[in-house]
Amino acid sequence: MDNILLDVKNLHAEIDGKEILKGINLTIRPGEVHAIMGPNGSGKSTLSSVLAGNPAFTVTEGEAYLRGKNLLELSPEDRSHEGLFLSFQYPVEIPGVSMVNFMRAAVNAKRKYLNEPALSASDFLKLMRQKRAIVELDNKLASRSVNEGFSGGEKKRNEIFQMAVLEPRLSILDETDSGLDIDALRIVAGGVNKLKTSENATIVITHYQRLLDYIKPDYVHILYKGRIVHSGGPELALELEERGYDWIKKEVDNQ
Amino acid sequence: MNNDLDKNKDNTKENETPRSESREIIDDVTSSEYKYGFVTDIDTEIIPKGINEDVIRLISAKKGEPEWLLEFRLKAYRHWLTLEMPDWAHLKIPPIDYQAISYYAAPRKKEGPKSLDEVDPELLDTFNKLGIPLEEQKALSGMAVDAVMDSVSVKTTHKEKLAELGVIFCSFSEAVKDYPDLVKRYLGSVVSYRDNFFAALNSAVFSDGSFVYIPKGVRCPMELSTYFRINASGTGQFERTLIVADDDAYVSYLEGCTAPMRDENQLHAAIVEIVVEDRAEVKYSTVQNWYAGDKNGNGGVYNFVTKRGLCRGDHSKLSWTQVETGSAITWKYPSCILAGEGSVGEFYSVAVTNNHQQADTGTKMIHTGRNTRSTIVSKGISAGYSQNSYRGLVKVAPNADGCRNYTQCDSLLLSSHCGAHTFPYIDILNDTAVVEHEATTSKISEDQIFYCNQRGIPTEEAIALIVNGYAKEVMNKLPMEFAVEAQKLLQITLEGSVG
Repeated sequence: MDNILLDVKNLHAEIDGKEILKGINLTIRPGEVHAIMGPNGSGKSTLSSVLAGNPAFTVTEGEAYLRGKNLLELSPEDRSHEGLFLSFQYPVEIPGVSMVNFMRAAVNAKRKYLNEPALSASDFLKLMRQKRAIVELDNKLASRSVNEGFSGGEKKRNEIFQMAVLEPRLSILDETDSGLDIDALRIVAGGVNKLKTSENATIVITHYQRLLDYIKPDYVHILYKGRIVHSGGPELALELEERGYDWIKKEVDNQ
Repeated sequence: MNNDLDKNKDNTKENETPRSESREIIDDVTSSEYKYGFVTDIDTEIIPKGINEDVIRLISAKKGEPEWLLEFRLKAYRHWLTLEMPDWAHLKIPPIDYQAISYYAAPRKKEGPKSLDEVDPELLDTFNKLGIPLEEQKALSGMAVDAVMDSVSVKTTHKEKLAELGVIFCSFSEAVKDYPDLVKRYLGSVVSYRDNFFAALNSAVFSDGSFVYIPKGVRCPMELSTYFRINASGTGQFERTLIVADDDAYVSYLEGCTAPMRDENQLHAAIVEIVVEDRAEVKYSTVQNWYAGDKNGNGGVYNFVTKRGLCRGDHSKLSWTQVETGSAITWKYPSCILAGEGSVGEFYSVAVTNNHQQADTGTKMIHTGRNTRSTIVSKGISAGYSQNSYRGLVKVAPNADGCRNYTQCDSLLLSSHCGAHTFPYIDILNDTAVVEHEATTSKISEDQIFYCNQRGIPTEEAIALIVNGYAKEVMNKLPMEFAVEAQKLLQITLEGSVG
């Protein structure tokens, strides 16, 4: 069991009585990048929400472990403290709450969980400065309200910035490429690559091969109708780019 | 955003039933603890309950007042008898038996030879517990405090220091004795005893309060603050504050208030009058934390207050900032009469209601001078089963050319049983006026809470963060020391565990 970061077995989940995930199996080791691809409505975002503990979804069957800890028994904030990070597809705005206050609350909540003393104001600001540079966000960031008035690109860069500050073990990037122009995409992907170590792992959820040109996956999984129906190496993404999803759909639907 | 110029319109938003668990957590954490609910065991002189001309004569005699003031009280009382309690507010006020209230309560001075300045240690203790040290050595630097318990002022700090600049800051009773001409000139000049039911009642029975006079050209070097404390049971508090800023003067004034937790409802009917002369500026900040009653709506203070300032001088300015978290029922509309040319009125308000609290609060901006400007920013936060209403009037007189008003009126709902209401009245009699009104109603969304949770911030802390963010625009207007207090208060009001 050691050296497994995320272990998902036969995971089923539903929302409002409708089953979306129908038995997901996924094993991720440190240092790996996994891409999860699939057509619209296949359950990609649901998988990220369920792993992060979004209360809108109910897990009906299966198991999920992060570094040996039963994720499904943990609150969303404890999952975060244990090293799970979700880069949201649509980051919400929190008017009036400055990024600096927001991140300080986040960092200190984690330190409290780990029985570490809260960061001093100056150490914290130093940390903000360092991490901000990774995604080329300017110094006005600290005083701006969380995601309020951010452009699409800024929102995604802000997500990666938060990831940099929280130093997660497992990052899930949910459609981080959607709505990004090519320059923003390069900055965001560059940030993710800079944060990659042999200790952490990344799940990249995406529609398109495009992002995978920048963030090289070790494994590619195809999600369809709530199941992973195909897994392979990076070449699978290229094949999808060429042939689309129809052949997968046919293969599955004809079974 | 909507440009709502309808008169008398109720933009009522009753909340629908929300979906998931984080709502339950909100309900859970919005149960508050009131930490100022203790009672001081002190020998108190309380006059018999009830109100009549003899009671008024008695109060006046106890305070050793001159004849003209007694006449003022009696006129007010006779007028009050002709009035009915106002019923236009969006409030359910149980009938009040005005004969069941005692109108004067004073901590009794202990026997023995003592200097006038000496304050009963029991009282010092009480105010220490409230975070208001009154001994000169320990007194808050940068802030002078007038401490009022029940019907009398206990002590005013930093008085001598202020006197060197000619600033008068003392209890109302002292002002009547020491500066009768000033009091006589300004008393009732902004809020007449004929103004309304509670103003008439206050004018008849008012006990103590603060008097402030800032002479010409003086910038008051410290914050002036009055701390009001109700202690005795079966009594009401009827204080009266009068602030005069002469030409080119400046003062920042703060008001705080608390009361013990009791099953009974206690009446607090105050008057604040402010006069602002040429180019003078007054900032008036309130953190209102009267006891709000228990979770089921038993007990709590009825806070029926008339506050009004007259910007009489050209280019004068008056700012009201209020953070209203306490009281079972609040009825309060701090207002500005903008008479001087180019004068400016501001109103910044955060009103929080929880459990069964009711608040009907807002402002009146009356533009009678030319080129006058006003800004209204009102932030309502409702939780539990509470009802929170904004009521505001913007009026521009026929001859007042070039006036401007901007009103922003936001409501935040934290539960599925509370209500937020907006009653804007706009009365413009001059074509050159520019008046804007913006209103929003929002809820803390599940998405916002989940976003915070995902970043490791627990739900309770997330709500505090979001609420403080929402109220920030107003909180930023408070003087520094107060802002921290107010922020804490907001959290205590909305979250059981914080603080």
